[in-house]
Amino acid sequence: MLLLTHAAGIYIVAAQLFPYLEGLMTLGDKGRHFEKKGKISVMVEGDHSIFMMIHGVLAALVVLVFLLIYILNIRDAYRVGLRIQQGKEIHGLKNDVFPWLLLALPFLGVLFFTVMPIIFTSLIAFTNYASPNHIPPKNLVDWVGFATFHKLFNLNVWSNTFFGVLTWTIIWAILATVTCYFGGILVALLVNQKGIKFKGFWRMLFIIPYAIPQFVSLLIMKNMLNEKFGPINAYFRAFGLEGLPWLNDPFWAKFSVVVVNMWIGIPVSMVLVMGILTNISKDLYEAADVDGASAWMKFRNITMPYILFATAPLLITQFTGNINNFNVIFLLTGGNPATMDYNNAGRTDLLVTWLYKLTLDFNQYNIAAAVSILIFLFIATMAILVYTRTKSFKEEDMIQ
Amino acid sequence: MKRSKLALSYVLLILIGCAALYPALWTLLSSFRVGNSLFSDTFIPRHWTLDHYRDLFRDRADRSIPYATWYWNTLKVATISMVLGTLIQLLTAYAFSRFRFKGRKTMLTVVLILGMFPGFLAITALFVIFNMLNLLDTQWALIIVYSAGAALGMFVAKGFFDTIPRSLEEAAVIDGASHMKIFTSIILPLSRPIVTYISLTTFAGAWVDFIFARMILRTPEKWTLAVGLWNIIDAYNSTEFTLFAAGCVLVAIPITILFMYTQRFLVDGLTAGASKG
Repeated sequence: MLLLTHAAGIYIVAAQLFPYLEGLMTLGDKGRHFEKKGKISVMVEGDHSIFMMIHGVLAALVVLVFLLIYILNIRDAYRVGLRIQQGKEIHGLKNDVFPWLLLALPFLGVLFFTVMPIIFTSLIAFTNYASPNHIPPKNLVDWVGFATFHKLFNLNVWSNTFFGVLTWTIIWAILATVTCYFGGILVALLVNQKGIKFKGFWRMLFIIPYAIPQFVSLLIMKNMLNEKFGPINAYFRAFGLEGLPWLNDPFWAKFSVVVVNMWIGIPVSMVLVMGILTNISKDLYEAADVDGASAWMKFRNITMPYILFATAPLLITQFTGNINNFNVIFLLTGGNPATMDYNNAGRTDLLVTWLYKLTLDFNQYNIAAAVSILIFLFIATMAILVYTRTKSFKEEDMIQ
Repeated sequence: MKRSKLALSYVLLILIGCAALYPALWTLLSSFRVGNSLFSDTFIPRHWTLDHYRDLFRDRADRSIPYATWYWNTLKVATISMVLGTLIQLLTAYAFSRFRFKGRKTMLTVVLILGMFPGFLAITALFVIFNMLNLLDTQWALIIVYSAGAALGMFVAKGFFDTIPRSLEEAAVIDGASHMKIFTSIILPLSRPIVTYISLTTFAGAWVDFIFARMILRTPEKWTLAVGLWNIIDAYNSTEFTLFAAGCVLVAIPITILFMYTQRFLVDGLTAGASKG
C-alpha cells in the first residue's frame, strides 16, 4: 500500500509535473499567431508564458515539498529501525504530529502568498516581461538573464531615474528617521520634566496624530497644503505674505513630506521613549545627586545614554521603514511634482512608490521586480545586522 | 530661573498640542460647514449643517460616491481578515512556543527572515499572479493578502505564550487533557490580552490599508474606504471637500476609539516589536 502511494507520487511528479517544469525553462515557444488553414488564416492561441511560469513555480514547490517529506520519511524509518535493533522504546506519532498540524494552515499561507511571490518576483526580474512588446497572451516572454539589471544601471533612460530616485530615497530615509527620533525624544523629555502637571493629558494629546488612520490624515494634509485654497496658504496671505507652493515645487514638496512625516512619526517615538524613561532606575539619579551632579550632567550621562542604548535597534527598523514609507509619499504628493528627467517617476518618488507605479500604471513588470529585489537585498542586510545583535532571539528559552 | 523654564515648557507643550490637534479639528469643523469648497475664510464655520453626513449615504446621479457600500466592504474585509489572521497567528505562535519539534530553530529563523521582507515589495508578483488567476478585483484576494502572511508576525504572541508557566499544562496532561483541550481551555483564556491586541491590530491594519486595496480592487462598488476617499480627492480635485471631510470623520472614529482602547497594549507591542521585529 505504502509502496503504491510512493509509486503514484513519483509517477505524478515525473509525468504530470515535468511538462510544467519544462515550461518554466522555455516559457513557451509560440505566441498568439496566425496559421494557414487552407486559404484563410486563423488566429491560434499560443503559449502563455506567465501562466507557464506560475505553473512551473507551483510544480517546483510541490516537488520540493514531496521530496522533503520523502527524505524525512526515509530518515525516520531508518531511525526507528535503529531503535528497534537496539531494543529501545519507539515513540508514538501523536506528540510529533500535533505542532505540524497547528502549523499546516499558516505554512500553506506563507508558502503560497509570501514565498511564492518572492520567488516569482525574482524570476520576473530576469525576463523581459514589460509593455509594450512582451505582454502575454499576445507575445511571449523570454528569459533575458541580467539584461534588466543592466538596463537599470547603464541605460540612460532608466539609470537616470533609478539613481535619482535612489538618492532621494536615502536622503529622505535619513531625514525622516532623524527628525522623528530626536523630535520624539525631545517631546517625551518635555512632558516628563519635573514640575509639569497633567502628564497623562499631554501624552494623550500628542498621541492623537498616531490614532488617526494614516491615509485619512495624509489626505487631509494634502488638502491643507493645497496651493490655491488650502488653509495654510490662507494664513500666509492673512499676514500679507505670499503662499508657498507646498506640493508643487520640488524643494518645497520635499520639505513638506519631511514635516508631515514628523507630525505622523513623532508620537510613536515619544511613546517608546516615555516607556524607556520610566524604566531608568531612580537609584542612578539619587547617586548622581549625592555626587552633586547638575541637571544637565544627569541628562548627558544617565538619560541620554540609556535612551540611545535602548532604542538603537529601533533606529534601524525606523530607517528601513522609512525607505519603504509608501503612504506618506504616495498619498501626500503621489511622487509629484512630475519631471521630464525621470522615466515614469516624479521628484518626490521613493523607490517603492516608483515600483508601484511601474507595476500598476505602466506595466513595466521586469524593471519593477528588479527594483524590489534591490530594495530587499538592502533591507535584508540591514535587518540581519540588527537581528544578530538582538539578545531576545538568542535567549528566548531563558524565561521558562 | 526655574519658573521661566517651566513657563517656556508649557508654551512649547501648548504649541505642539495645537499642531497635533489642528488638522483633525479643522477637518471636523469643515465637515459641518455649508458649501462644498476647500476654501473657507474662518476657522469656525459661520453656518453649521449636517447635510454632508446625510449626503454621504444618499445616491446622487451626478457623481459616484457609494459611501455606504465602501463602508460595508471595509467592514467585511477587515472582519474576515481579522478572524483568519488572528487564528493563523495564534496557532503559529502556540506551536513555536510550546513544542520542541524537529527543525524548529531553522523555521524560527526562516520566519524572522521572511518577516523582514516587506509584503508590498512583492506587489509586482502578487499583481501578476492575481491577474492571471482572475482574482483581481475580488475582495477575497484582499482578504488572502491580509491574512495569509499573518504567521510571520507571531513574535509578540509567542513572547506572551512563553511567559505562561508550563506547570499548568503538565497538570492538565496528568488529568488527561488533549493538546486541543489544553489550547482552548487553558492557553486561550489566559491569553485574552494578547488575543485582543492581535485581533485589533489586524482589524485596524485591514481597515486602513491603501496599498493593496488600490492594487486589487478596480470597480468603485468594490472599493474599500481608503481607496474611495483617495479617489474623491484624486478625481474631484478637492471640489467635494466638505463631503470628503465628513467621510474622513466617519472612517477615523472607529479606529481612533479602538486605538484609545488598545493604548495600554501599545507600548508593550511596540517595544516587543522593536526588539524582536
